[in-house]
This record gives sequence, structure tokens and C-alpha cells, in this order.
Amino acid sequence: MNFAFLHKYASLMHFYRLSHTLTPWLAAATLALFAWGLVGGLLLAPTDYQQGDSFRIMYVHVPAAWMSMFVYVTMAVAGGVALIWKLKLAEIVSRACAPLGASFTFLALVTGSIWGKPMWGTWWVWDARLTSELILLFLYLGVIALHGALDDRRAGARAGAVLALIGVVNIPIIHFSVEWWSTLHQGATVSKFSKPSIHIDMLIPLLVMISAFQCYFAWSLLVRVRSEILDYDRNASWVRELGRAQEAGR
Amino acid sequence: MTPRRKRMWIIALCVLGVGIAVALILTAFNQNLMYFYSPSEVARGEAPGNRAFRLGGMVVKGSVERGDAKDLTVRFKVTDFAQERAIAYRGILPDLFREGQGIVAIGQLDAQGVFVASEVLAKHDEKYMPPEVAQALKDGQASKAAQP
Repeated sequence: MNFAFLHKYASLMHFYRLSHTLTPWLAAATLALFAWGLVGGLLLAPTDYQQGDSFRIMYVHVPAAWMSMFVYVTMAVAGGVALIWKLKLAEIVSRACAPLGASFTFLALVTGSIWGKPMWGTWWVWDARLTSELILLFLYLGVIALHGALDDRRAGARAGAVLALIGVVNIPIIHFSVEWWSTLHQGATVSKFSKPSIHIDMLIPLLVMISAFQCYFAWSLLVRVRSEILDYDRNASWVRELGRAQEAGR
Repeated sequence: MTPRRKRMWIIALCVLGVGIAVALILTAFNQNLMYFYSPSEVARGEAPGNRAFRLGGMVVKGSVERGDAKDLTVRFKVTDFAQERAIAYRGILPDLFREGQGIVAIGQLDAQGVFVASEVLAKHDEKYMPPEVAQALKDGQASKAAQP
């Protein structure tokens, strides 16, 4: 198969121009979904029969935890593409994913801890789920550090991609930890293969919040990638022209 | 083989190798990754006898006895629906502690085989529903039980 037509989209200049129209749409979708999800989850959803209002922290915790894994897989896939096809765009995407994913992981750990104190009776336990999620945070920090550790940006991207790919083994461990081992953390509420064990009025805002987090990730990833592209290609003629056009417009 | 294809294979083999290595390590440490022992495992003598460990199970309905004003010890039994184990605990129980709820206790067995806990954590399940729905479910079960 010939993938030559893809080269156009992988070129930094073309990606920069094409993505220009996408950003405002993603921003609007993010804001709309957050407004719907937050009002639906924090105000309209019924209280839980056991946890009362405390359960509402899951409207931040569950999407953050889901995104922490989703972003990692995105980062690893982009890293693999960067290693195999040596695409600059994939290197940039993989690098831009790392701080976003680290933030989602941190948010999941903190919100889980805040929920754990009143519900479980402890801020933190070393069970398999919590420990593997903490390892995920360290993996992100390692990838960020490797990207910045080498003077040559492309060599740094290769090193970061290798760690991202090796760490991908942690993702199924996080997901299945609650099934493989006895953990304090509860099992999955929403899974693909069975009826979710959550009331529909509570489930809908949760799904909206997950889509809001997804849109936020896509939006901020695009913004990061666009600014990285300008930095990467700052000596290229098209970026110089862009700069000159902005100067003239001022 | 083109260099690109070669890189693809190297990466695939590396990820596979790391995956197998981690799977073997996790299998080897399986027992250490268990957060708690079940009452059945304790009954079979698999739990450590001379040091603290965690015991998890469901609080048996009607088994919770609170001490008087002088003795703050709470006594209850946990079950995994095969074996039961008595627990004695002095301290503050978490909000979600109630009969029929899963808990994890940290402590040691005494000479009589009672698990003396120094900490009790509530294990929440993955079910979320409004109070009215929970009540309706309960009523439904009660009426089913009432029928002969």
C-alpha cells in the first residue's frame, strides 16, 4: 500500500494550516460539554443511597483516571510511529501528550485521595490499583524528563518514545488490577460488556464529563502541537513569512 | 527487510518481551499483591500468624456488638460466604461501615483466633443509585422473601 498521500498531512506546515480551523470548534465543544456535565453531575444528578453527595467527586475522578490511560496510549502510539516512520509530527504529538497525561493522572490521584478519606477511612493505601496508577505518574514524569534531557530534540524524542512504549505494559495492569488481585479500590462501574451498575440519571452526566475531558485533551493537545511546530520549524521560510505577516498586521 | 520494517519488528519484540517479563514478575509476586486475605484463607492457615496482615470480607448481618460506655470495643464478624472470622476493634469506624458492607481490617490474630484490628477501612462497591431506587430494591426483595 502506498501511504504517500499521508505525507502531506504529516508535513508540519500543512498540519499547522489545517488544524487552524479545528481549534475554535474543539474549544467550543469543550466549554459546552463541561457546562452540561458539571451542572448535570454536581447539581441535577440524584444523591447516592450510601455516599450521599460525596459520590459527586467521581464526575472529576473517573474522567481524569480514564484520560490518564487514554493519553498514555496516545503518547505511546505516537512514539511508536515516530520511531518506525521517523515522522516529526508524531514526535511532537508524543512529546505534547506527556504533561497533559501527567496532569490527568495527578488529578485522578488527588480526587481519589480526597474521596478515600471519608469513604474508606484513609487517604492512601498501597493496593494494586492505587500503586499502578502512581507508577503511571512516574512513567509520565520519566518521559517528560527524557524529552528534555538530550540537547538534540529528535534524540530526546526517540528516548522518550522508547520509555513510553515500554511503559504501555502498565495500562492493562491498571485496568485489570481490581479483577486480578484483591484491592481496596472497587471494581469497574461502567464496562463495555455488561450493564453498568449505576443509575441512568447518574450515568449520563458521567459520560458527558468523559466526553468533555476528551474534547479538552484534543483541544489543548492541538494548541500545544501548533506552538511546538512553530518552535520546531522556526528557521523554515513558511514560519518566517508567518512572522512577517503578523508583524505587518500589527 | 527494509530498515523501517526492521524497526517495527524490534519495537514489537521489545514490547512483547517487557510484557512477558512483567507478567512473570507479577505471577511470582501474586501473593504479595493481594491487598487482603479472605476468612477462608485465614481458616486454611495461609495468613501470617506472627505478624499483622489485612483481612477483608463482608460484615455479617446482626453480628455487630458495641461495648458499653467504658469499653469502646466493637465486635463483629466478617464472611466471604464460606468462612467467618470474628474481629475486635477499638477506634473510629469509617462512615460506610455497616452490616452487609465490605470492609478491610488491619491487625493480628490473638490466641483465641479472634482478629484484633488496629484499623478498619470500608470497601465501597461499584454500585451507585439514588436512595429511592435503593429503597424500591429493598422493598422488592422483602416482598419476594415474604412470598412462600
